[in-house]
Amino acid sequence: MYTLVAGGGKAGANVTRSLTRMGHEVTLIEQRPDRFAQLEEEFEHQVQLGDATELYVLERAGIGRPPDLVLALTGDDEDNLIICQIAKERYGVPKTIARVNDPRNQAHFDLLGISPTVCATSSIMALVEHEVPEHDLIHLLELRKENLEIVEVQIDKDSPSAGKRVEKLPLPEGSRLISVMRNGTAEIAVGATELQPGDQVLAILEPGKEDELRRVLLKK
Amino acid sequence: MKLIVIGCGRVGSSIALQFDHEGWDVVAIDEKEEALNRLGSHWGGGFIAGHGMDVDVLRQAGIEEADAVVVATNGDNTNLVIAQVAQKRFDIQCVVVRVLDPARADFYRELGLRTVCPTKTAIDTLSEAVRSCEVPVREPAEARS
Repeated sequence: MYTLVAGGGKAGANVTRSLTRMGHEVTLIEQRPDRFAQLEEEFEHQVQLGDATELYVLERAGIGRPPDLVLALTGDDEDNLIICQIAKERYGVPKTIARVNDPRNQAHFDLLGISPTVCATSSIMALVEHEVPEHDLIHLLELRKENLEIVEVQIDKDSPSAGKRVEKLPLPEGSRLISVMRNGTAEIAVGATELQPGDQVLAILEPGKEDELRRVLLKK
Repeated sequence: MKLIVIGCGRVGSSIALQFDHEGWDVVAIDEKEEALNRLGSHWGGGFIAGHGMDVDVLRQAGIEEADAVVVATNGDNTNLVIAQVAQKRFDIQCVVVRVLDPARADFYRELGLRTVCPTKTAIDTLSEAVRSCEVPVREPAEARS
Protein backbone atom coordinates (compact mmCIF):
# COMPACT_ATOMS: atom_id res chain seq x y z
CA MET A 1 0.00 0.00 0.00
CA TYR A 2 1.27 3.45 -0.86
CA THR A 3 0.53 6.24 1.64
CA LEU A 4 1.28 9.94 1.41
CA VAL A 5 1.58 11.72 4.76
CA ALA A 6 1.38 15.52 4.97
CA GLY A 7 2.86 17.04 8.10
CA GLY A 8 5.89 15.67 9.91
CA GLY A 9 5.00 16.46 13.51
CA LYS A 10 4.73 13.73 16.14
CA ALA A 11 1.64 12.19 14.54
CA GLY A 12 3.01 12.26 11.01
CA ALA A 13 6.43 10.94 11.98
CA ASN A 14 5.02 8.11 14.09
CA VAL A 15 2.53 7.03 11.45
CA THR A 16 5.30 7.05 8.84
CA ARG A 17 7.51 4.92 11.09
CA SER A 18 4.72 2.43 11.84
CA LEU A 19 3.63 2.04 8.23
CA THR A 20 7.23 1.59 7.11
CA ARG A 21 7.76 -1.13 9.71
CA MET A 22 4.64 -2.87 8.46
CA GLY A 23 6.32 -3.00 5.06
CA HIS A 24 4.27 -0.29 3.35
CA GLU A 25 5.57 2.42 1.09
CA VAL A 26 5.28 5.89 2.59
CA THR A 27 6.25 9.41 1.57
CA LEU A 28 6.20 12.13 4.21
CA ILE A 29 6.02 15.84 3.37
CA GLU A 30 7.24 18.47 5.84
CA GLN A 31 7.53 22.16 5.16
CA ARG A 32 9.68 23.49 8.03
CA PRO A 33 13.35 23.14 7.02
CA ASP A 34 14.61 22.52 10.57
CA ARG A 35 12.07 19.78 11.22
CA PHE A 36 12.70 18.35 7.76
CA ALA A 37 16.43 18.05 8.55
CA GLN A 38 15.61 16.04 11.70
CA LEU A 39 13.20 13.77 9.88
CA GLU A 40 15.61 13.22 7.02
CA GLU A 41 18.14 11.68 9.40
CA GLU A 42 15.67 8.93 10.20
CA PHE A 43 13.54 8.61 7.07
CA GLU A 44 16.11 9.60 4.40
CA HIS A 45 14.55 9.67 0.92
CA GLN A 46 11.09 8.91 2.33
CA VAL A 47 10.70 12.50 3.51
CA GLN A 48 10.41 15.50 1.19
CA LEU A 49 10.64 19.21 1.94
CA GLY A 50 7.73 21.36 0.82
CA ASP A 51 4.24 22.76 1.36
CA ALA A 52 1.85 19.86 0.86
CA THR A 53 -0.90 22.20 -0.31
CA GLU A 54 1.17 23.08 -3.40
CA LEU A 55 0.27 20.88 -6.36
CA TYR A 56 3.87 20.52 -7.57
CA VAL A 57 4.98 19.35 -4.12
CA LEU A 58 2.23 16.74 -4.06
CA GLU A 59 3.09 15.66 -7.58
CA ARG A 60 6.78 15.33 -6.74
CA ALA A 61 5.71 13.09 -3.85
CA GLY A 62 3.77 10.87 -6.24
CA ILE A 63 0.16 11.95 -5.77
CA GLY A 64 -0.44 11.26 -9.44
CA ARG A 65 0.00 7.48 -9.04
CA PRO A 66 -2.31 7.98 -6.97
CA PRO A 67 -1.59 6.76 -3.42
CA ASP A 68 -4.06 4.39 -1.76
CA LEU A 69 -4.24 6.72 1.20
CA VAL A 70 -3.46 10.36 1.98
CA LEU A 71 -3.11 11.43 5.60
CA ALA A 72 -3.40 15.17 6.25
CA LEU A 73 -1.83 15.62 9.68
CA THR A 74 -0.50 19.17 9.72
CA GLY A 75 -1.23 21.58 12.54
CA ASP A 76 -3.41 23.78 10.32
CA ASP A 77 -6.98 22.71 9.68
CA GLU A 78 -7.35 24.77 6.52
CA ASP A 79 -4.27 23.05 5.09
CA ASN A 80 -5.52 19.58 6.04
CA LEU A 81 -8.87 20.31 4.46
CA ILE A 82 -7.39 21.60 1.21
CA ILE A 83 -4.91 18.69 1.00
CA CYS A 84 -7.72 16.15 1.25
CA GLN A 85 -9.90 18.03 -1.19
CA ILE A 86 -7.13 18.25 -3.79
CA ALA A 87 -6.17 14.60 -3.24
CA LYS A 88 -9.73 13.36 -3.77
CA GLU A 89 -11.11 15.72 -6.36
CA ARG A 90 -8.07 16.32 -8.50
CA TYR A 91 -6.03 13.15 -8.21
CA GLY A 92 -8.70 10.58 -7.42
CA VAL A 93 -7.13 9.37 -4.19
CA PRO A 94 -9.61 6.77 -2.88
CA LYS A 95 -9.22 7.49 0.81
CA THR A 96 -8.08 10.42 2.94
CA ILE A 97 -7.90 10.85 6.69
CA ALA A 98 -7.66 14.35 8.14
CA ARG A 99 -6.61 15.63 11.50
CA VAL A 100 -8.82 18.34 12.99
CA ASN A 101 -6.86 20.54 15.38
CA ASP A 102 -9.65 22.90 16.42
CA PRO A 103 -12.97 21.12 16.98
CA ARG A 104 -14.82 24.26 15.85
CA ASN A 105 -13.56 23.51 12.34
CA GLN A 106 -15.18 20.07 12.28
CA ALA A 107 -18.27 21.52 10.59
CA HIS A 108 -16.16 22.75 7.66
CA PHE A 109 -14.77 19.25 7.06
CA ASP A 110 -18.28 17.81 7.22
CA LEU A 111 -19.64 20.49 4.89
CA LEU A 112 -17.01 19.71 2.27
CA GLY A 113 -17.33 15.96 2.61
CA ILE A 114 -13.88 15.40 4.09
CA SER A 115 -14.21 12.24 6.13
CA PRO A 116 -13.05 10.48 8.21
CA THR A 117 -11.48 13.01 10.53
CA VAL A 118 -9.71 12.66 13.85
CA CYS A 119 -9.87 15.34 16.52
CA ALA A 120 -7.94 14.78 19.74
CA THR A 121 -9.82 17.49 21.65
CA SER A 122 -13.22 16.02 20.78
CA SER A 123 -12.09 12.53 21.75
CA ILE A 124 -10.77 13.78 25.07
CA MET A 125 -13.99 15.70 25.76
CA ALA A 126 -16.09 12.62 25.02
CA LEU A 127 -14.04 10.67 27.56
CA VAL A 128 -14.26 13.48 30.11
CA GLU A 129 -18.03 13.59 29.72
CA HIS A 130 -18.07 9.91 30.49
CA GLU A 131 -16.19 10.51 33.73
CA VAL A 132 -17.98 13.59 35.00
CA PRO A 133 -21.13 12.57 36.90
CA GLU A 134 -22.87 15.92 36.29
CA HIS A 135 -23.10 15.06 32.64
CA ASP A 136 -26.43 13.30 32.66
CA LEU A 137 -26.28 12.74 28.91
CA ILE A 138 -23.17 11.15 27.45
CA HIS A 139 -22.26 11.20 23.78
CA LEU A 140 -21.16 7.71 22.83
CA LEU A 141 -20.97 7.88 19.06
CA GLU A 142 -21.38 10.44 16.35
CA LEU A 143 -22.67 9.15 13.01
CA ARG A 144 -21.75 12.22 11.07
CA LYS A 145 -22.70 11.07 7.62
CA GLU A 146 -26.12 9.97 8.84
CA ASN A 147 -26.51 13.15 10.93
CA LEU A 148 -27.32 11.04 13.98
CA GLU A 149 -25.71 10.39 17.32
CA ILE A 150 -25.98 7.78 20.02
CA VAL A 151 -26.18 8.96 23.62
CA GLU A 152 -26.54 7.35 27.01
CA VAL A 153 -28.68 8.65 29.86
CA GLN A 154 -29.21 7.34 33.35
CA ILE A 155 -32.74 7.35 34.74
CA ASP A 156 -33.03 8.17 38.45
CA LYS A 157 -35.98 8.08 40.84
CA ASP A 158 -36.87 11.74 40.20
CA SER A 159 -36.86 11.37 36.43
CA PRO A 160 -40.25 12.00 34.85
CA SER A 161 -39.78 8.92 32.69
CA ALA A 162 -39.25 6.56 35.65
CA GLY A 163 -42.11 4.08 35.87
CA LYS A 164 -43.38 4.95 32.37
CA ARG A 165 -43.57 2.77 29.31
CA VAL A 166 -41.51 3.83 26.31
CA GLU A 167 -44.63 4.14 24.11
CA LYS A 168 -46.09 6.67 26.57
CA LEU A 169 -43.06 8.98 26.43
CA PRO A 170 -43.39 12.16 24.33
CA LEU A 171 -39.97 11.62 22.75
CA PRO A 172 -38.80 14.42 20.46
CA GLU A 173 -39.20 13.83 16.75
CA GLY A 174 -36.02 12.40 15.30
CA SER A 175 -35.16 10.34 18.37
CA ARG A 176 -35.60 6.70 19.46
CA LEU A 177 -34.62 4.69 22.47
CA ILE A 178 -32.39 1.77 21.53
CA SER A 179 -31.82 -0.26 24.64
CA VAL A 180 -32.14 -0.36 28.40
CA MET A 181 -29.38 -1.69 30.62
CA ARG A 182 -30.64 -2.92 33.99
CA ASN A 183 -28.67 -4.90 36.59
CA GLY A 184 -25.93 -5.59 34.06
CA THR A 185 -28.26 -6.91 31.37
CA ALA A 186 -29.21 -4.99 28.26
CA GLU A 187 -32.50 -5.32 26.45
CA ILE A 188 -33.78 -3.74 23.28
CA ALA A 189 -36.19 -0.94 24.13
CA VAL A 190 -39.68 -1.64 22.78
CA GLY A 191 -42.96 0.19 23.31
CA ALA A 192 -43.86 -1.93 26.31
CA THR A 193 -40.50 -1.50 28.05
CA GLU A 194 -41.02 0.27 31.38
CA LEU A 195 -38.21 2.54 32.48
CA GLN A 196 -37.02 2.25 36.07
CA PRO A 197 -34.68 4.25 38.27
CA GLY A 198 -31.09 3.13 37.71
CA ASP A 199 -31.68 2.18 34.06
CA GLN A 200 -29.01 3.15 31.58
CA VAL A 201 -30.77 4.00 28.36
CA LEU A 202 -29.19 4.27 24.92
CA ALA A 203 -30.90 6.60 22.50
CA ILE A 204 -30.30 7.57 18.90
CA LEU A 205 -31.17 11.10 17.83
CA GLU A 206 -30.43 13.98 15.54
CA PRO A 207 -27.74 16.29 16.93
CA GLY A 208 -29.37 19.26 18.62
CA LYS A 209 -32.27 17.27 20.09
CA GLU A 210 -30.34 16.51 23.30
CA ASP A 211 -32.10 19.11 25.43
CA GLU A 212 -35.55 17.95 24.38
CA LEU A 213 -34.64 14.35 25.07
CA ARG A 214 -33.16 15.31 28.42
CA ARG A 215 -36.40 17.11 29.33
CA VAL A 216 -38.55 14.10 28.51
CA LEU A 217 -36.37 11.50 30.19
CA LEU A 218 -34.65 13.28 33.06
CA LYS A 219 -35.93 16.68 34.15
CA LYS A 220 -38.83 17.13 36.52
CA MET B 1 -26.72 45.73 -1.15
CA LYS B 2 -24.61 44.11 1.50
CA LEU B 3 -20.94 43.14 1.14
CA ILE B 4 -18.74 41.27 3.57
CA VAL B 5 -14.98 41.62 3.18
CA ILE B 6 -12.92 39.00 4.98
CA GLY B 7 -9.29 40.00 5.48
CA CYS B 8 -8.86 43.72 5.88
CA GLY B 9 -5.30 44.18 4.64
CA ARG B 10 -4.18 46.39 1.79
CA VAL B 11 -6.51 44.70 -0.68
CA GLY B 12 -9.51 44.02 1.53
CA SER B 13 -9.60 47.48 3.09
CA SER B 14 -9.46 49.21 -0.31
CA ILE B 15 -12.33 47.10 -1.59
CA ALA B 16 -14.34 47.79 1.57
CA LEU B 17 -13.79 51.56 1.19
CA GLN B 18 -14.68 51.54 -2.50
CA PHE B 19 -17.96 49.75 -2.01
CA ASP B 20 -18.77 51.84 1.04
CA HIS B 21 -18.40 54.96 -1.15
CA GLU B 22 -20.65 53.38 -3.73
CA GLY B 23 -23.36 53.12 -1.13
CA TRP B 24 -23.09 49.45 -0.21
CA ASP B 25 -23.63 48.22 3.31
CA VAL B 26 -20.12 46.88 4.05
CA VAL B 27 -18.81 44.83 6.99
CA ALA B 28 -15.08 44.06 7.19
CA ILE B 29 -13.65 41.15 9.19
CA ASP B 30 -10.03 40.82 10.28
CA GLU B 31 -8.20 38.85 12.92
CA LYS B 32 -6.37 41.96 14.06
CA GLU B 33 -8.17 44.84 15.70
CA GLU B 34 -5.56 47.25 14.21
CA ALA B 35 -6.83 46.45 10.72
CA LEU B 36 -9.68 48.85 11.45
CA ASN B 37 -7.14 51.70 11.11
CA ARG B 38 -6.78 50.90 7.43
CA LEU B 39 -10.39 51.94 6.92
CA GLY B 40 -9.69 55.49 8.06
CA SER B 41 -11.48 57.75 10.50
CA HIS B 42 -14.57 58.25 8.32
CA TRP B 43 -15.37 54.56 8.01
CA GLY B 44 -19.12 54.19 8.02
CA GLY B 45 -19.41 50.45 7.68
CA GLY B 46 -19.08 47.64 10.18
CA PHE B 47 -15.94 45.96 11.47
CA ILE B 48 -15.53 42.72 13.36
CA ALA B 49 -12.30 41.47 14.90
CA GLY B 50 -12.28 37.72 14.49
CA HIS B 51 -11.27 34.79 12.32
CA GLY B 52 -13.14 34.28 9.06
CA MET B 53 -13.25 30.50 9.59
CA ASP B 54 -15.29 31.08 12.75
CA VAL B 55 -18.93 30.67 11.76
CA ASP B 56 -20.07 32.79 14.71
CA VAL B 57 -17.95 35.66 13.44
CA LEU B 58 -19.45 35.29 9.95
CA ARG B 59 -22.95 35.31 11.41
CA GLN B 60 -22.16 38.32 13.56
CA ALA B 61 -21.07 40.12 10.40
CA GLY B 62 -24.47 39.29 8.94
CA ILE B 63 -23.39 36.78 6.30
CA GLU B 64 -26.91 35.40 6.20
CA GLU B 65 -28.14 38.63 4.60
CA ALA B 66 -25.05 39.30 2.45
CA ASP B 67 -25.34 39.73 -1.32
CA ALA B 68 -21.62 39.34 -1.92
CA VAL B 69 -18.51 38.15 -0.07
CA VAL B 70 -14.88 38.99 -0.84
CA VAL B 71 -12.29 36.72 0.76
CA ALA B 72 -8.80 38.20 0.85
CA THR B 73 -6.88 37.13 3.95
CA ASN B 74 -3.18 36.44 3.54
CA GLY B 75 -3.58 32.64 3.47
CA ASP B 76 -4.63 30.86 0.29
CA ASN B 77 -5.99 27.81 2.09
CA THR B 78 -7.82 29.89 4.66
CA ASN B 79 -9.40 31.83 1.81
CA LEU B 80 -10.41 28.68 -0.03
CA VAL B 81 -12.08 27.21 3.04
CA ILE B 82 -13.93 30.44 3.94
CA ALA B 83 -15.10 30.91 0.35
CA GLN B 84 -16.53 27.39 0.24
CA VAL B 85 -18.26 27.89 3.59
CA ALA B 86 -19.82 31.13 2.32
CA GLN B 87 -20.90 29.47 -0.91
CA LYS B 88 -22.07 26.09 0.34
CA ARG B 89 -23.20 26.73 3.90
CA PHE B 90 -24.61 30.24 3.59
CA ASP B 91 -25.63 29.93 -0.04
CA ILE B 92 -24.06 33.24 -1.13
CA GLN B 93 -24.18 33.45 -4.92
CA CYS B 94 -21.39 35.99 -5.33
CA VAL B 95 -18.24 34.85 -3.53
CA VAL B 96 -14.97 36.20 -4.86
CA VAL B 97 -11.76 34.76 -3.44
CA ARG B 98 -8.12 35.78 -3.76
CA VAL B 99 -5.69 32.90 -4.29
CA LEU B 100 -2.02 33.74 -4.80
CA ASP B 101 -1.00 30.30 -6.06
CA PRO B 102 -1.98 30.04 -9.76
CA ALA B 103 -2.25 26.24 -9.62
CA ARG B 104 -4.74 26.22 -6.75
CA ALA B 105 -6.59 29.20 -8.25
CA ASP B 106 -7.12 27.24 -11.48
CA PHE B 107 -8.15 24.06 -9.73
CA TYR B 108 -10.70 25.73 -7.47
CA ARG B 109 -12.10 27.70 -10.39
CA GLU B 110 -12.83 24.32 -12.00
CA LEU B 111 -14.58 23.33 -8.78
CA GLY B 112 -16.88 26.33 -9.12
CA LEU B 113 -15.29 29.09 -7.06
CA ARG B 114 -14.76 32.56 -8.45
CA THR B 115 -11.01 32.73 -7.81
CA VAL B 116 -8.87 35.76 -8.60
CA CYS B 117 -5.12 35.20 -8.86
CA PRO B 118 -3.03 38.39 -8.54
CA THR B 119 0.13 36.38 -9.24
CA LYS B 120 -1.20 35.35 -12.62
CA THR B 121 -2.19 38.94 -13.34
CA ALA B 122 1.30 40.11 -12.37
CA ILE B 123 2.93 37.50 -14.61
CA ASP B 124 0.79 38.51 -17.58
CA THR B 125 1.21 42.24 -16.99
CA LEU B 126 4.97 42.03 -16.50
CA SER B 127 5.41 39.83 -19.57
CA GLU B 128 3.30 42.21 -21.62
CA ALA B 129 5.34 45.16 -20.34
CA VAL B 130 8.56 43.47 -21.45
CA ARG B 131 7.11 42.76 -24.88
CA SER B 132 6.02 46.37 -25.28
CA CYS B 133 9.52 47.71 -24.57
CA GLU B 134 11.50 48.81 -27.56
CA VAL B 135 14.38 46.36 -27.28
CA PRO B 136 17.13 46.80 -29.87
CA VAL B 137 17.34 43.77 -32.17
CA ARG B 138 20.53 41.81 -31.61
CA GLU B 139 22.28 39.82 -34.23
CA PRO B 140 22.27 36.04 -33.79
CA ALA B 141 25.24 34.64 -31.86
CA GLU B 142 26.78 32.87 -34.87
CA ALA B 143 26.98 36.08 -36.85
CA ARG B 144 29.11 37.76 -34.15
CA SER B 145 31.67 34.98 -33.72
